[in-house]
Amino acid sequence: MTAISLFNRTTWRPSRSWIVPAAIAAGGVFLVVGSLRSSLFAQQTVSGLANGGIYASLAVALVLIYRATEVINFAQGALATFTTYVAWQLIDWGLGYWPAFLCTLVIAFVGGLAVELAAIRPVERRGSQLTVVIASIGLLILVEGAIGRIWGNQVKFMPAPFPARIYHVGGVAFSLQDLGTIAISIASVVVLWLFFRFTKVGLGMRAAAVRPAAARLVGIRVSWMLSLGWGLAAMLGAVAGMLAAASPSVLLQPNMMDGILIYAFAAAVVGGLESPAGAVVGGLAIGVLLNLLGSYVSWITPQLLLPAAFVLMLAVLLVKPSGLFGRSRTRRV
Amino acid sequence: MGSLLALRDVDARYGQVQALRSLSLTVDEGEIVAILGANGAGKTTTLRAISNTVNRSGTLEFAGRPLGRKGPEATARLGIAHVPEGRGTFSELTVAENLRLGAYARRGSLRDDFTRVFTYFPWLERRGGQEAGTLSGGEQQMLAIARALMQRPRLLLLDEPSLGLAPLVVAEVFRIVKELNHREGTAVLLVEQNARISLATASRAYVLEVGSVAFEGPSSELAARDAIRRSYLGY
Amino acid sequence: MTISRSTAIGVGATLVVAAVIALLPLVLSDYDLSTGATVGVFFIAILSLNIVTGYTGQISIGQGAFMAFGGYTTAILTHNHGWNDLATLPVAALVGFAAGFVVGLPALRLHGVYLALTTFAVALAVPQIAKNYSNFTGGTEGLALPTHSGLWLYGMAWSIAGVMFVFSWLLLRGRTGRAFRAVRDSEIAASSSGIALPIYKTLSFGISAAMAAVAGSVYVLVINFVNPDVFGLSLSLYILIGVVVGGLGSLWGVIVGAAFVELLPIALTDSHISSSESVPVIFGVVVIVVMAVVPLGAADLLRRLLQFGSSNRESAKSPLGTEAR
Repeated sequence: MTAISLFNRTTWRPSRSWIVPAAIAAGGVFLVVGSLRSSLFAQQTVSGLANGGIYASLAVALVLIYRATEVINFAQGALATFTTYVAWQLIDWGLGYWPAFLCTLVIAFVGGLAVELAAIRPVERRGSQLTVVIASIGLLILVEGAIGRIWGNQVKFMPAPFPARIYHVGGVAFSLQDLGTIAISIASVVVLWLFFRFTKVGLGMRAAAVRPAAARLVGIRVSWMLSLGWGLAAMLGAVAGMLAAASPSVLLQPNMMDGILIYAFAAAVVGGLESPAGAVVGGLAIGVLLNLLGSYVSWITPQLLLPAAFVLMLAVLLVKPSGLFGRSRTRRV
Repeated sequence: MGSLLALRDVDARYGQVQALRSLSLTVDEGEIVAILGANGAGKTTTLRAISNTVNRSGTLEFAGRPLGRKGPEATARLGIAHVPEGRGTFSELTVAENLRLGAYARRGSLRDDFTRVFTYFPWLERRGGQEAGTLSGGEQQMLAIARALMQRPRLLLLDEPSLGLAPLVVAEVFRIVKELNHREGTAVLLVEQNARISLATASRAYVLEVGSVAFEGPSSELAARDAIRRSYLGY
Repeated sequence: MTISRSTAIGVGATLVVAAVIALLPLVLSDYDLSTGATVGVFFIAILSLNIVTGYTGQISIGQGAFMAFGGYTTAILTHNHGWNDLATLPVAALVGFAAGFVVGLPALRLHGVYLALTTFAVALAVPQIAKNYSNFTGGTEGLALPTHSGLWLYGMAWSIAGVMFVFSWLLLRGRTGRAFRAVRDSEIAASSSGIALPIYKTLSFGISAAMAAVAGSVYVLVINFVNPDVFGLSLSLYILIGVVVGGLGSLWGVIVGAAFVELLPIALTDSHISSSESVPVIFGVVVIVVMAVVPLGAADLLRRLLQFGSSNRESAKSPLGTEAR
């Protein structure tokens, strides 16, 4: 497997080294200039970043699993929704928001591990990657059905973690909710980066993802690393889910993350499926771009946002088939 | 006194193809033993049989205890360091990370180990942040040995260390192996195409043919027998 | 020309299944027959996916979108322009073919998982577009279509399914089919043997989409209604499950896949094994178990059973080989 190791500081550079950073820098400049000139632009950029943070978290979860197994987990969104329901339930039973948030992260970790052991490993043993993908689709159906079975299909009200406060800076209104969402999603990705960069287990996971055979020879239990990966991915998904449910435009219902999963796919693909950094950039970019498109281009209605994301994804892939930060693979004859 | 490593009547197969037939060999504590033979004779398979990365049967014992069905993760923890063909370098990770990974199976502080490794390979200390895949072939080979050393192994399995390396570098690698063995007491089982330098480094050697031992004996003896040298060892 | 044992069994089994399908109307109620027609719809859809994914190795999770093209073509022509329903089917096929071609062109640049995710996005994007341009498509309220008896629907669906099956069989036996399989097994080898990759890859998408469009048209006639949610994500996912459970690269498995996907949920509710809320849970569990136990699908299971007695055992290779990675 030729996966790029997670956040390895010496492999930030993608293949044609200047194009992508230049494009990102240009984009950044565009956003800053636009924000300075128009308060609507600034607001839409910030709320776009908030949405983007959610997409990015889920996208990094997808990339974590993909790097290690070359499998796309179609159930990532449904698992995120499930853990969000768990959070709702804890709050409903009287637990405070932040204690419930933390408990849910732990439960998500254990849950992700359990799902890998129970549903994925038996399939992985004999099947191809497509088989595991189908199993993940089965898991998607299962989990969304389980949510309906346990909690019913009606919309539930998820309390917001942040008080509804608006900050005014230079004539622009920023909601605390948006700022908090950006902060938490970035923070969770950063914490994950620290884990991978500085802990022994994190190093083991990176090694197992990059070269499983060599990893076994130094004593790493590669299959355990895989389960851990699913656990961590589930935790990130839980963060994404809880942030999404808190957002005013998203309702807590069994198919809550279906649309967001698509944006997360697009983010992961745009960034290059094996690059978590790419997933973050992709997620934020898609969040901001879609918001701006929705505000400024009149014929792009809310229903056309998803097709717009698709067009974006396709455009990037046609120019760079392995994504912005992806490494193009040479095909061996 | 029993051997450190003992293989008795070991068979190994890749799918339907049998690669080892009733192979028996031993490695004693602190010895350097070479496995020689033509391509396809089963040299690499022997090492794979020890770390159980190939389908194998027969008796394999390490430090008196049978290896049983333990996979490579477990054999690493027992004190066997396997440097595979192609070195098994984690190319995408840094040199320092590769070294840390060598000691993955161990607990405790790595400071002494790093110090020790740097006495054998002083240049590694300066290159800690370099991506391991950008090292030259010879450097990667030495990194692989350094990584194995971090594990504090009792037995080092070396698969084709000279592969793709220039003669001067090969000489250096083997010099280090000999020094390691002498100073740390690590037993070494090495698989090699380059019979000449192997016989100069190892005290004993096995010559494999079609999955079994054709000849064995002290290196000096094998090197002296013209017939073996010409037919099996190529020089 | 000697007929191999497996071909003889295959032909025999097909005739038996065809006979059963032809005779079922004698014992089923009209309502059950329209369910049977839906199985026919899935049959055609799964067959179409098999062509592009099972035989040509290009993963497409967007069959629902192609079905939407066909379904909406039929609906708009009958509803807004008064066409006869059956007459719309060839038009739907053409529209589908064009759509497949359009998708197939950029698909030339994409492989494996990237293609899968792109087609997946297509599957979601198309219904959204349909929702958006509601004056053209009737939006979420949808368009109604003339009704027909269950028997009529059943007959129509399975006749078309039969025609499609024979067409596929002939196509896949011939030069085109060999080219498809060559593309699947190794693109590099195929192109160096002179097979024009772009032509065959887009052709497979075109044919597959045309068939899916016809499936969509039939579906719309069976439920005599269309709106964007009819062709939503679940449909594409179920078709994918169907083709894998039946066995990729196998025509015989298609019927198993279609029956599995359409009838299992119904069987679960009807037999009161579970409440209707638990059906998706059980269905999901069954899919996972099937993937763990019979990863290459029903066709592979059958193949292994048939070879149990014979002396030559071929190794069953996953049809997607390395392309899927």
